[in-house]
Formats: sequence, structure tokens, C-alpha cells
Amino acid sequence: MARHIVARTTEIPPGGNKVVDIEGRGIVVFHVNGEFFALLNRCPHEGAPLEKAACVARLTSPEPGVYQRSRVGEMLRCPWHGWEFDMRNGQSWFDPNRVKIRSYPVAVERGDDLRKGPYVAETFPVHIEDSYVIVEV
Amino acid sequence: MSEVIDRPLRDDEKPAASRLRIVDCDVHPSLRSTDDLNEFLPKRWQQHLKEYGSHLRTPYLFTTPYPRSSPLIARRDAWPPTGGVPGSDLAFMQKQHLDPLDVEFGILQVLDLFIFSQQNLEFGAAIQRAINDWQLAFWSHRDPRLKASILVGQDGVDLAIAEIERCAKVGEYIQINVSPRANEPLGRRRYWPIYERAQELDLPLGIHVGGYGGHAPTGGGWPSYYVEEHQSNAHTIAAQLASLVIEGVPERFPKLKIVFIEGGFGWIPSAVWRMDQHFERFRSEVPHLKRKPSEYVRESFWFTTQPIDEPDEARHLRALIEWVGIDRLLFSSDYPHWDFDDPRYAFKTPLTEAERKKIFSTNARAVYKF
Repeated sequence: MARHIVARTTEIPPGGNKVVDIEGRGIVVFHVNGEFFALLNRCPHEGAPLEKAACVARLTSPEPGVYQRSRVGEMLRCPWHGWEFDMRNGQSWFDPNRVKIRSYPVAVERGDDLRKGPYVAETFPVHIEDSYVIVEV
Repeated sequence: MSEVIDRPLRDDEKPAASRLRIVDCDVHPSLRSTDDLNEFLPKRWQQHLKEYGSHLRTPYLFTTPYPRSSPLIARRDAWPPTGGVPGSDLAFMQKQHLDPLDVEFGILQVLDLFIFSQQNLEFGAAIQRAINDWQLAFWSHRDPRLKASILVGQDGVDLAIAEIERCAKVGEYIQINVSPRANEPLGRRRYWPIYERAQELDLPLGIHVGGYGGHAPTGGGWPSYYVEEHQSNAHTIAAQLASLVIEGVPERFPKLKIVFIEGGFGWIPSAVWRMDQHFERFRSEVPHLKRKPSEYVRESFWFTTQPIDEPDEARHLRALIEWVGIDRLLFSSDYPHWDFDDPRYAFKTPLTEAERKKIFSTNARAVYKF
């Protein structure tokens, strides 16, 4: 596992995402409610690009006429067939035991801490006053 | 459940370089706006479109009765970066769909303006003419992979025949498209002149799901939910298959090729078994049928594959394909709609190279004579 600096935290607005290439993998980093999540940018069903997914809430209903919304913005709805996934771990809402998007650990660290290394970001300028999103792959 | 679905693919697991060129029997182009039709639409009808608009056999003008979850029922990644609606930008369609998936031929299916459901038959015919011209000028002539269909509304049979003759003279169209939901079931005699002419011209009859035809979309009435209504695509095609077969269309027009588009195929085995069983018992009611319904289905009808069924067990899909018959299936993607099937991953059951070749290419090439 290597740690990769992929973005300044200010670069990805809340509700937005950034696609990065890490060792040949397309990885999409989402920013939701102050947290960052990194997932393989490919739906395990038919391969749709998840950067175009809708970020939705978990909608549940214990019985007809009663609805609960929770975890607003943390569920991904695939841009093609609408399969839903939990952004925190890539798990499918529809078939959680068998279908999963590969997810990667994410950390946010300050530039002055990052100077201590080790990390991989040869082309990424790091300033001590900023904070950064780190993805472990 | 196939291996593909369980986890993301590693690069070394992606399909081999021996990619198959495919025929995609369902690609949806869209108008950027109705102004695109002006050059093909007489002033009289341009004015009508502006002043009166559509008058449809459909409730809820200017929308479909069910909001479709994704805007314009499109893949969320299919909106062209240059602006405009999904399917309206040829360059983007080439880049996103035709080139990377190695589409050798793509058959255009136009759904704009609900053109089959226009109550004003002359207006409907004028729009159909304009759309038929637009398909060539905006699509086929700019990318010869894209093949146009002659769209006609079968409830104005004389107008439909006139348009078929006009387009047949041009000679670039590869099928005749009619509505899956007309005023009456499609096997009815009033529509036979269209079938007769299609057979004479050796142009397949294409029937793409959609529209409302003035009837509730299911035999049970109006559904409450989109997910419920979506099932009706299959019901409708099952009803039309029975109507065409039992009214005697393939008996009367044995060379006519009929292609059902986007109605799925999982329901076909049971529908055909049932028709055969009842035919044995009630053949005296329909003595005009000389053979079992299943025989007509196996010789005269083809079915596109999308939206493909995804049973939990891959072998069940395999069984369905065998029951329907590999020779009857034509691959379709439905690009750019949300329920798009990717030819690389949609079939979650093993197929031999020979079988893949049939479904993804040679069956369609035989039907459409590519």
C-alpha cells in the first residue's frame, strides 16, 4: 500500500468529485458532508463511470406511507441502471453480499505533516498551509 | 451470478483483444430542438407545430405519464459536453458509444415527438416524413454506420403506404417502423396493407416499445409506479406477438420479418408454449392458421436483447436464450437511455464465440441484409 496525495481539500467541493489515475486505476474521490471517499470509478454491474453517479440519500420505508431519509449524499446511484452503493465501503444496497465497488482508505492531512512522508506525489505541489486528500492504494 | 458482477475487473481480466464488431439494433438519436425539422417540414406544418403542437393519444402532454428517474430517461453520463440533450450530438455519440464499442452498424430508433401517437393523422404523417428525412441528413449521411428506419403511423394506412413508397425510392432505409401501441392490436386486418408492402419490399417491420396508443399500458389498467409501468413493455409485446400470430399475419405474409425492439425476451418461451397448447385445443376457432404458433414465431420474428434479464443464476439466462433460440436474438444497447446494455458485460452467462457472433452480429446482418 502506498499513500498518494490526490487533491487539495478545497479542490473538490461538497457534493463534487475528482477522478484520479493511481497506478493505472481510475479512482473517483467524492466529497460528502466534510468527508472524502475513494472508490474505483467503475460500476461492478456493467462498468459505468461512477463519477457521473447521483449522490443520493438512503431512503427506507418500514411500511407503506412511512418513509425515512438518512445518510444524505452518502449513497451513490449509478448513472446507468441506478444501482445504489454505500460510499463508505462500496457495498451494494441491492445485493450487499455479492456486489461491491472496490473502495480505498482516505485520509486528510495538513501540508506540514505531509512533508514528513512517505507519500507518492511527484508532480503535486504541497504547501504547508493547505490540507490534502490522501488515498491509499 | 457471473464472476464479473462480484468485483471490479482487473486490467488483465478485461475482454481480450479479439473484440467482435457488433450490430446495435437500438440507438436513439434526438432532435436538438424541433427547429432541426424545419428544413424537412412544410411551412404549413411548422406553423401547426408552433401554434397547436402535438395532440396525442396520450395523457399528460409534453411528458411521459411517468417521470423516468433519470432526466430524459438517459444515462447520466450521456449529456454531450457541448450542450444539448443525450443522443443529439453525433460526435459525442461516436466518441462515447460507436467507436469504443466497435459498432459496425447502429440502427436508429427515433422516439421524439411521440410521432406514432399523433391524433391529427396528416400532421403525424408530415412529422414522420420530416423525421425520416432528418435521419438521413443528420445521421446516416454523416456516419454511414447509422441506419435509418421508415417511421410510419399505422393508423393512417394510406398515408403510411405513401411514405413507405417515397422512402423506398430513396432506398437507404433498412426497415419500416410502426407503433407497438396503435388503435387496435397489430394483427388486425386494417394494418395488413403495410405488412403486405413491407413483404414486397423485403423490409423488416421494426416495433420498438413505448408510447401509449390511447390505452392503459397494461392489461390491468394504469400502473401507479414507473417500476410497475416498465413491466408493461414486455406485456405489450407479448400481446402484439399473440395478435400478429393468431390473426394470421405470418401465415398470410410468410416472408415478412418482424423485429420486436426493447420488449425483452425472457417471457417468450412461456408465451409460445401457452399459444401452442391453446392452439391444440381451439384450432377450430382459427382455421386460417396452418401451423403451430411456435413455428411462426421461430420463422418470422426476432427480438432484441435489451433490457436483458438478470436472473440470480447465470444458467437460467442461458436456458432462456436456448429456449427462445440463439438465432432469434439481436443485440441492442438502447444508447443513450438509462437502461443501456453494454455489449461487453450485459450477458452474464457464458456464450461460445459462435453464439456471440450470432447474437452480436450475424443474426442482424441476415435480417437487415448488411
